[in-house]
Amino acid sequence: MQTILDELEQRREVARLGGGQRRIDAQHKKGKLTARERISLFLDEGSFEEFDMFVEHRCTDFGMENSKIPGDGVVTGWGTVNGRTVYLFAKDFTVFGGSLSETHAKKIMKIQDMALRNRAPVIGLFDAGGARIQEGVAALGGYGEVFLRNTMASGVIPQISLIMGPCAGGDVYSPAMTDFIFMVRDTSYMFVTGPDVVKTVTNEEVTAEDLGGASVHTVKSSIADGAYDNDVELLLQMRRFMDFLPSSNVAEAPVLPNTDDPARLEMSLDTLIPDNPNQPYDMKELIHKVVDDGDFFELQEKFAGNIITGFARLEGKSVGIIANQPLVLAGVLDSDASRKAARFVRFCDCFSIPVVTFVDVPGFLPGTAQEYGGLIKHGAKLLFAYAEATVPKVTLITRKAYGGAYDVMSSKHIRGDVNYAWPSAEIAVMGAKGAVEIIFRKDIGDDDKIAEHTKSYEDNFLSPFVAAERGYIDEVILPHNTRNRISRALNMLANKTVENPWKKHDNIPL
Amino acid sequence: MFKKILIANRGEIACRVIKTARKMGIKTVAVYSEADKRALHVEMADEAVHIGPAAASESYLVIEKIIAACKETGAEAVHPGYGFLSENAKFAAALKEAKIAFIGPNPRAIEVMGDKIASKKFARDAHVSIVPGFLGEIETPEEAVKIADEIGYPVMIKASAGGGGKGMRIALSHDEVADGFVSARNEAVSSFGDDRVFIEKFIVNPRHIEIQVMGDKHGNVVYLGERECSIQRRNQKVIEEAPSPLLDEETRREMGEQAVELARAVDYDTAGTVEFVVGQDKSFYFLEMNTRLQVEHPVTELITGVDLVEQMIRSAAGEKLALKQEEIKLNGWAVESRIYAEDPYRNFMPSTGRLVRYQPPAEKSDNGLTIRNDTGVYEGGEISIYYDPMIAKLCTHGPDRASAISHMSDALDQFYIEGIGHNVPFLSAIMNHERWQSGNLSTSFIDDEFPDGFEGGNRCGGITNKLAVVGAFLDHVENSRRRQISGQMSGKKVIFDDQRVVNIGDDWIGAAVQPENGKMVHVVLDDGKMQTLEGAWQAGVPVWNGKINGDKVSVQIRRALNGYVLSYRGVEEVVRVYTAREAELAKLMPVKIPPDTSKTLLCPMPGLVVSIDVAEGDTVEVGQKLAVVEAMKMENVLRAERQAVVAAINAKQGESLAVDAVIMEFE
Repeated sequence: MQTILDELEQRREVARLGGGQRRIDAQHKKGKLTARERISLFLDEGSFEEFDMFVEHRCTDFGMENSKIPGDGVVTGWGTVNGRTVYLFAKDFTVFGGSLSETHAKKIMKIQDMALRNRAPVIGLFDAGGARIQEGVAALGGYGEVFLRNTMASGVIPQISLIMGPCAGGDVYSPAMTDFIFMVRDTSYMFVTGPDVVKTVTNEEVTAEDLGGASVHTVKSSIADGAYDNDVELLLQMRRFMDFLPSSNVAEAPVLPNTDDPARLEMSLDTLIPDNPNQPYDMKELIHKVVDDGDFFELQEKFAGNIITGFARLEGKSVGIIANQPLVLAGVLDSDASRKAARFVRFCDCFSIPVVTFVDVPGFLPGTAQEYGGLIKHGAKLLFAYAEATVPKVTLITRKAYGGAYDVMSSKHIRGDVNYAWPSAEIAVMGAKGAVEIIFRKDIGDDDKIAEHTKSYEDNFLSPFVAAERGYIDEVILPHNTRNRISRALNMLANKTVENPWKKHDNIPL
Repeated sequence: MFKKILIANRGEIACRVIKTARKMGIKTVAVYSEADKRALHVEMADEAVHIGPAAASESYLVIEKIIAACKETGAEAVHPGYGFLSENAKFAAALKEAKIAFIGPNPRAIEVMGDKIASKKFARDAHVSIVPGFLGEIETPEEAVKIADEIGYPVMIKASAGGGGKGMRIALSHDEVADGFVSARNEAVSSFGDDRVFIEKFIVNPRHIEIQVMGDKHGNVVYLGERECSIQRRNQKVIEEAPSPLLDEETRREMGEQAVELARAVDYDTAGTVEFVVGQDKSFYFLEMNTRLQVEHPVTELITGVDLVEQMIRSAAGEKLALKQEEIKLNGWAVESRIYAEDPYRNFMPSTGRLVRYQPPAEKSDNGLTIRNDTGVYEGGEISIYYDPMIAKLCTHGPDRASAISHMSDALDQFYIEGIGHNVPFLSAIMNHERWQSGNLSTSFIDDEFPDGFEGGNRCGGITNKLAVVGAFLDHVENSRRRQISGQMSGKKVIFDDQRVVNIGDDWIGAAVQPENGKMVHVVLDDGKMQTLEGAWQAGVPVWNGKINGDKVSVQIRRALNGYVLSYRGVEEVVRVYTAREAELAKLMPVKIPPDTSKTLLCPMPGLVVSIDVAEGDTVEVGQKLAVVEAMKMENVLRAERQAVVAAINAKQGESLAVDAVIMEFE
């Protein structure tokens, strides 16, 4: 018996070393941690249970039969984050560069299947060189099966991808199908084809960072939802992130004991809206002052800054926050902002996280660039996402809610549950100047008359009361009382039950 | 007594005057410019009158508008505060003509004391000590030597037309005078085309000490002790105290009596200040008289118990001064810190914007310790570009200098401001500076001690330990809560390791956390000593007010990724609390060098250039406004991210730019 125990321990030790100390050192030298180190940071200490530690590949081509390392380039298993179960797989760059073989893929599939069956999130840590070329089509098959499982799990359990090194070719599509992607600055990149192929095909010279680094995917492509300076920073933030997410679409979002008074008044919000309607203000101040502990986990911060998306808590319960940001492009809705927010609303709806929307939107962005880029369909995505969502939806209009963008931003007409407005709200088809120039076209040139019309338009239409009189606004609330009112509204909506008509699935304008 | 007065000022001083008026049962009228519509003084006053656009020259400085506001509201008297119209003889005269009382001195006193030469003459005639010197023209080096010998060394030889240090020589002894005279005169000729030079005593390491006087319309004048205002930055007072650590009873009396003499000479009939330059040997020389309420008057009020604004109002109403010189006793010690909206880390650049958070320490008085905060702003208010950047005067009073200073240190630790840059860390660093604490001051204190500007307080071992244990406390509170998140797997609960590692800068400090109960935690650092922390902190609260080993400590908290930015005693550090395993791996992470900020200013959005605010060749400071771009009818101010010289400007006003268009280039 003792010899078997000894052998187990010895085999475990070998497996834990992965590709060996030399490769581990090389990994550290690049500023990266090993797969097992990463797991130990992400999970509660001592909670990791590894599966398939001794799995080896079965390839016999190109001399591969002589080169076998237990684990085969990916570490898989489960553990807990603050006591809550998660499944994970972490590519081990020290073993065959983390490349995907048939058995490697099978290890991932096992984890995906268990997660889906047992309704808990899957987290993938990517740091790998793509398919194991020696295995040929067997590796491609493996990819396909992983993709299928990503698709099946989508909307059932949260799936999160952490890009912590290279992630290229077939490897990128699994993250792409998950709910969120986070990266590490300077040491991670993801692209379908790397710089060498780019050079061959298009004669374009580009570095890996400029092709698919965090600076590209968090700013330009919006592939990634966030980026951090190093592995430790990312993994500890992911622990924080997991605390916002429910385990599945049938589980409730986790609740933290709340120590922040839900009726806390913030008198300074009474002066948040500047006197001058053309002066911007920072919508994030409103978010920070309304949510529990001022704690807001922002997503896609660097992309389409004209709309803010992220998670926070109210009375300890997770909420998704969507807000126009007057500081960036006056908070206008453009294609990027619409897509960003639409995807976020749909995630919240999948996982029963209530949506709180702060509105200050001057309309959709005009121009050929936007129209050629398909603004109509991108804008429709956000409209669609809000309209189909059945989670509690609380909306607050702080200032402008103009034109079609008013309808889009979780208005009463598309099933907003509770729609508030501050006294500074202006709900109208458009601003005074534009409106007067259309309605009173004959008076253009007569400055006095135009001024008179403008004043009259402002007095009569640029207020929350026209909408409130029709019931489009449920209540005009005082800014300093916003936290209290939204918290109460969400409590009131806790048992909301709405079902959309049966359908195989909807046909959102992709 | 007046039934209603108008305060021709704004900010903290307007609020200060309103408080006293209210206490006396007098109604108040505020005036405000366009930029001050939402200001605190407008809120506090019984009535408010709008007097014009934001620029002071079109509002607070327009005499007719103030008088019209008095007439409109029926105000019987005007308190001018300080600055603006407070030392304007024309204003005093105009009020007199309009039969409105001026809560300030008679116009003659303002006029005489407003003139540098006339005031010196008056001072001399009133037997006030003035800087010894020879104001006449000096013809030869021999004559210069003779005069210098009479004055006593060191002396300063100065061009009459001089300025900027040109044509100025200091002679430390007899032998240096002749050469100094010649070179000063040569420089005077070449620089100013004017060869006149004069000689006066050079005061080495001077201190700035001033005497508060108070008079009435019946010829009574008293002095209320002195204030020392030696802590100045570019001639702007930063910290004041009363009394001065330098003076003894005799010098105080001499200075006080001379100040009273001078005040009498101009029939001085309200609160005023006689400023002296004082040598380290307690020799003192008249500098000037300020015929108004001084910014730093609260420290005098704290040690004398006299409400100077009340005395001013009573005197203006014709009442006799109720104060007798022999009844005025100086009690304890008071210190004032001026809180400025300026960024000490960026060369004290003025900072404007919204006060996202503004939570000063509570004003209170117990156990002989007092905190007073004269302020004109509030959370959610706006610091505009138009006026003085001072937002508050934080004062403390205690039985002696050391207690007033340590109380100030504590009060500054609690003073929480967000949204704008502010000098609280700088003030804290001075409070904890040994030389300040020893009272060995001079007007060059800041230049001597902070020659390269301010880069944060000095993090000594004691402060590091405090930051470490507070960090461990915060982490413990947040971790304890996380342990209670819903949805946990059943079975054995997750236990968090109480052995933590605190990372501050390059320091990694082990910290064993031993909770006693919800509010009390023991922390043992690597030194093996147990420290006991008590505090009812919860997540999101910006200041940790608690006790460490029984001593009250306040530490400011801002969120950082996986940690906190803690501020204490002028030290601001990112503090991260790890498990042993996390710390081990965190140490492997590479240090990232912040990317080189580009040498161009790019247009951040498609928009219209409203203004270009710098010219080619200008040196711009960090935070300086470079250009304004309007997009979607919103004006966006673009500011310099670092100090640089503008090499080229590629955009012009009125031009429409695409995103990332180059607006200007730097060298």
